[in-house]
Amino acid sequence: MKVTVRITISLKKGMLDPEARAIRHALENLGFATEALSTARVFLVTMEAAGKKEAKERAAEMCERLLANPVIHRYQIEVQE
Amino acid sequence: MKFAVVQFGGSNCDRDTWHVLQEVLGVDTDLVWYKEGLPRGCDAVVLPGGFSYGDYLRAGAIAARTPVMQDIRRHVQDGKLVLGICNGAQMSAEAGFIEGTFAINAYPKFLCRPVHLRVETASSPFTSRFREGEVIRLPIAHKEGRFITPPETMEALNREHRVAFRFCDEKGAVSEETNHNGSLESVTGVLGQYRNVLALMPHPERASEDVLGSADGRRIFESMIRHVEIEG
Repeated sequence: MKVTVRITISLKKGMLDPEARAIRHALENLGFATEALSTARVFLVTMEAAGKKEAKERAAEMCERLLANPVIHRYQIEVQE
Repeated sequence: MKFAVVQFGGSNCDRDTWHVLQEVLGVDTDLVWYKEGLPRGCDAVVLPGGFSYGDYLRAGAIAARTPVMQDIRRHVQDGKLVLGICNGAQMSAEAGFIEGTFAINAYPKFLCRPVHLRVETASSPFTSRFREGEVIRLPIAHKEGRFITPPETMEALNREHRVAFRFCDEKGAVSEETNHNGSLESVTGVLGQYRNVLALMPHPERASEDVLGSADGRRIFESMIRHVEIEG
């Protein structure tokens, strides 16, 4: 079956997020007060897999081997319905 | 003695590096397109600066997963030298040749300026032509150069004298003021576990001739040449 997974890569807690800081500052300039802001990157990956479990496992391997940098990133995988 | 400079799509300091090695220092140096693989009998590899694969995903991430990197990994495991400059340093980090990573600068813009560096160790194949504590001047040109590593790894790097260069002022004082990109402990040059890999954000190839304002970078290449001469 074709399965689409949604992979979100974000910075680990406590990691400096300079882009987020700059964006937050720009929002402030536009009059938007914000409590917190962080950036993340989303990948939608469609693959042929036996089931959702297999697709999730493969997505995790993709994160470990390429999509995320284990020093600074964490990742979250959701199977798209 | 043979050196190789590996070119990827988007490398742009490859010819400058080749020029210094081949034309300034007279070392037999091959410019190698990444699809060709490493030449036989090559003693040292330089991964040059640039923007391989447009810095897609993360700087150096895609290049680090090309097949030529397997050749380079074997070359590292054989104890031979790899110098990663700027984008090449990012590739070395992404390939796991050093412990740590180069993230987006603390102030997230491209920095291009000459900086002072303190030589933290002279006992490596890349720094033997310097004195420990010496202050040198090289240019930086990067947006993703902020060195990060977990605290326990940083401790190990310090304990094993694997920090090669830190940002400093003209007198050698290291402070947050001279920490151009917000790197952990101002580190901008770091050695791999067996000291045969140097990941270096500043550009020694742009400061290897007096006419360019500094020839300090040349001594990094000269150190490598001396190492190869001695170790064979």
